[in-house]
Amino acid sequence: MRLIITTAITALFSLAAQAETPVDFQNRFATQAQQENPAFTGFSVERGKQWYASTHGREWSCASCHSSNPAAPGQHATTGKVIGPLAPAANPERFTRADKVEKWFKRNCNDVLGRPCTAQEKGDVLSYLLTIR
Amino acid sequence: MRASSLFQAYSRTLLITTFILTISNAHADTRIRTPKHAVWQQECSACHIAYPPQLLSAPSWRAIMNRLDQHFGTDARIDQQAHADILRFLEKNAGSGELSTSAKPPLRITETRWFIHEHSEELPADIWTRPEIKSPANCMACHSGADRGDYSEAGLRLPQNLNIEED
Repeated sequence: MRLIITTAITALFSLAAQAETPVDFQNRFATQAQQENPAFTGFSVERGKQWYASTHGREWSCASCHSSNPAAPGQHATTGKVIGPLAPAANPERFTRADKVEKWFKRNCNDVLGRPCTAQEKGDVLSYLLTIR
Repeated sequence: MRASSLFQAYSRTLLITTFILTISNAHADTRIRTPKHAVWQQECSACHIAYPPQLLSAPSWRAIMNRLDQHFGTDARIDQQAHADILRFLEKNAGSGELSTSAKPPLRITETRWFIHEHSEELPADIWTRPEIKSPANCMACHSGADRGDYSEAGLRLPQNLNIEED
């Protein structure tokens, strides 16, 4: 019985540890950006906005699937499936789970840029998304 | 005598069973029941609906799952544990029999006999390129219950200006 309770409490704590806020991710990206580039001076909303809307040598931009307005639902560029809004203000589930954030940046950066995104790029785009109301 | 009446009873049961199977087969093309599987549902429904495993054969699913890094033009990699879990689920519930029109296992449901048969006759030629449909992968554009395995006529919601000629 004690084992069950202990397990349940541990499970609850690990769930709580998984749930994060977008600002937690922004802070983490800042730490990583500092490590990647000692000259890092912070994130730029304007740069994130440009970067979100632009293509990067390939066919798609972020906006291709996530809509040019991140507060609105997007549509997958190939399949047409409706994708929930990306801006946390419009979709509270966004940027709350480390495993999801990692998975999707990995896949989508590869599709859009053909390489992993830098922490600077992730932080810029997240800073932009957080300005959307 | 007893053996003969036993045989009669057996035949009757067989006949009834065959009849029931026929009935359920007749409905199989409109409602596809897939066992619940949370990881499959979550991982396979982000960019498209989680297509029912019955619509492709096990060799097809294996071929698809082997190349998730190049999944119809996108990177669809998932973690190893989810990958193994989903592949097991797909293999277990895969369709059987001759699903495809070619010798190689098809990678697209749209290449299967079932899909071609169901979508060939009444539909206008430009159907898949219409902006509100976009792609034959977008089942939900017309089959409003497709994400629940419901492809019935009751759930069919054709885009405006699309008229289908009835037979």
